[in-house]
Amino acid sequence: MSTYYASLLAESGILLLGALSVYIILATGQLSLGNGAFMGIGAYLSSYLTVALNVPLTLALVISAIAAGIIGAIVAFPALRLKGIYLAMATVGFGEMVRSFFLNFDAMGGSGGYRGMQHISVGYVWLWAGGILIAVMLLERSRVWLEMQAVHDDETAAGLIGLNTTVTKIGAFGVGAAVAAISGGLFAHHNVYIEPANFGFDRSIEFVLAVILGGSTVGPGSLVGSLLLVFLPEFLRPIADWRLAAFGTLLIVVLLVRRQGILDRSLIRTLTFRRAAA
Amino acid sequence: MLIQQLVNGLTLGAVYTLLALSFSLVMGILGILNLAIAELFMIGGYLGFTLITAGFPLPVAVLGGMLGAAVIAIAIEKIGYQPLRDAPLVTPMLSTLGFSIILQNVATNIWGSDPAQLPDEYFGKQYAFGPVNIGEMQLIVLVATVVLVALVAYIVQKTPMGRALRAVAENREVARILGVSADRLTMLAFILSGSLAGVAGVLIALHYGTITPYLGVEIGLKAIAVMVIGGTRQIWGALVAGPLIGIAEVLTVAYGGSQVRDFVVYGFMILILLLRPQGLLGGARSDQGQRV
Amino acid sequence: MSNALLQLTGVTKTFGGIHALSGMVCEVPEGKIVGVIGPNGAGKTTLFNTITGAYRADAGEVKLKGVDVTQWPSYRIVREGIARTFQNIRLFGSMTVWEHLLVAQPHSESAWRRLLPIAWANPAAQERAEEVMAFFGLTELRDRPAKSLPYGIQRKVEMARAVTARPKLLLLDEPVAGMNHDEAEEIRALMIRLRDTGLTILLIEHDMNFVMRLCDYLYVLDFGVLIAEGRPEEVRANPVVLDAYLGKDS
Repeated sequence: MSTYYASLLAESGILLLGALSVYIILATGQLSLGNGAFMGIGAYLSSYLTVALNVPLTLALVISAIAAGIIGAIVAFPALRLKGIYLAMATVGFGEMVRSFFLNFDAMGGSGGYRGMQHISVGYVWLWAGGILIAVMLLERSRVWLEMQAVHDDETAAGLIGLNTTVTKIGAFGVGAAVAAISGGLFAHHNVYIEPANFGFDRSIEFVLAVILGGSTVGPGSLVGSLLLVFLPEFLRPIADWRLAAFGTLLIVVLLVRRQGILDRSLIRTLTFRRAAA
Repeated sequence: MLIQQLVNGLTLGAVYTLLALSFSLVMGILGILNLAIAELFMIGGYLGFTLITAGFPLPVAVLGGMLGAAVIAIAIEKIGYQPLRDAPLVTPMLSTLGFSIILQNVATNIWGSDPAQLPDEYFGKQYAFGPVNIGEMQLIVLVATVVLVALVAYIVQKTPMGRALRAVAENREVARILGVSADRLTMLAFILSGSLAGVAGVLIALHYGTITPYLGVEIGLKAIAVMVIGGTRQIWGALVAGPLIGIAEVLTVAYGGSQVRDFVVYGFMILILLLRPQGLLGGARSDQGQRV
Repeated sequence: MSNALLQLTGVTKTFGGIHALSGMVCEVPEGKIVGVIGPNGAGKTTLFNTITGAYRADAGEVKLKGVDVTQWPSYRIVREGIARTFQNIRLFGSMTVWEHLLVAQPHSESAWRRLLPIAWANPAAQERAEEVMAFFGLTELRDRPAKSLPYGIQRKVEMARAVTARPKLLLLDEPVAGMNHDEAEEIRALMIRLRDTGLTILLIEHDMNFVMRLCDYLYVLDFGVLIAEGRPEEVRANPVVLDAYLGKDS
């Protein structure tokens, strides 16, 4: 495998984690357009830990995930009052605030960025990405996931049949933030250079795009979406300048003809059934 | 010095007002966030730029930017909103995001990703009022904003179409009951909103004398904050919130350092969302949960 | 009746000055089927919403087995033992019948078990779901998306979902609205079977005949005020009740 493709593969693993972070939050009916910020928190914190304090990378990622998870839960608490688009706008604001914070955070380079991280292999990236994807797929079969779906479908009814919707929503935000932080930590150590612009609105949008395109009702949808976003441009080489427009068009088409995204429960069933039959 | 800053802040605020008004025309009436407005603004700016440098007079440039943006707004409404109007409100927002991505890409390919500069000879004139200098373009921006806001006010308050728009904004269910004409109202809201964004784009591009394809995101996100601060269901909130944020921004840059400014603006927006979701100017609470 | 399962004293709820419910007093004894009737807008659903914590009562107390639950959040009230259905069915759009029967069950197992796949970690919950599914005759429909089912069956799924929570008291909001005679009879039989298993039921209903043949005791509301109560035959003979019903319909 050439270094070029290895690097693309690593990128898609990092994007997969970002997409999963949006997916987990979206599963409770909350759209976050600010997950780039949690990614940034993970990237900066883990880089500081490995570069300045010589903490081993894996430990640094775990610490960053926990820290971002706590921040996510704290952010989610006031956000409980907001729904739908109002929540989405608040997360945009949060994302911009965090980006602005890192721009001013001179201790870690401010707008000049931060470097000095040890480069990691694509295998290490996918160890995390694959592991977390499997964990999410197991979670999708659990009681907790059913509760999240209930909150997603009808929050009022969920509360009235005995579910603690507050805990569910805050928990989803916390876990989503933690996953985004791991994505950020891996990004920082794969790229070996980070700057605040890496974690802005565009990044948050990229995560959402991967989820919506790949399939927003099943975990593996994020995998499809991430691979698509990273590798499709390779096939679009002849129209390289227009690849973003192609994604925009694809997004609109998917929303119009297949709102749940490319992959959904019934498609998975069809695919696995065929394989079993053959 | 302070007065000079206030005037500069007012100019920036005027543009925020126009763009926030553009967002709130769609948001207030249909409850959806049209993210492509940011890009309509940017495209409007480029169109105006192109027309001015081709030698056309300012009114033609403004009209060009306005028409161009309005036409794209119509396309967005037809393709990206109409088919999705019964979907959850987040879905049409994502489709406008699709348009936003496309428009930015188109602009990059047509005009390049480097900043385009307006030669100095355009609108370079300065008028001195005592210690305060006002550029020719600054004056135009301020006057145009007042005129446009008055025009929108007239349309929304006095015309039958405007009254229908307000009725729909009060109670979204009315839109469904109104049936066929609800489609026309939706279209009208998109066109009005797109035109405003286009004009705002021309004005700010000429005021700054420079433009990039990324202008939309930068100022558009800020305009969303302004809309929220003014009140999303409150078309007039933007009139107060725009200048307020413009001045606050210019002052934080002048006295606090340029980078804290975004932090302050978005922090303020989040506080408003949480504590006063109906916006600064009040009105009915907009976030009340559904009843059983 | 101090052995009442549910006890309401002076429960009042106003919306912008309008009394949706004023000074409501009622008791639901254990093991009985109690009905609340009244014309449209009488405050019946408001009563349910206030009992289950969807609305906060402005005054008065709601007690379940002597425990004051008036100010509790709704999920705690459910866990304390009050489950309900809704007037306009509120099933979860993305879930199958089977999932509906799992989601509302009380948390008997530890938190981490709830994070694991149900098939591995929650045999008890699955057993309970099977049992309720069989009781309601839904076993065949197990993997069907609940919202795709016929209206009458959706009502049953909603009742079954409430029952899986192992409530002490089941609140049913117009359980036979929009059903034909046969379907309504089936629901009536189910309710009697549920009562025979020891469940207490409080229901709102429009259909007078249905209530008369089912309930052990009735409360009659009009404009948020309790205007009569008693056994069905007493209520039927009460001129005040006739007035409230006939006066409005004509």
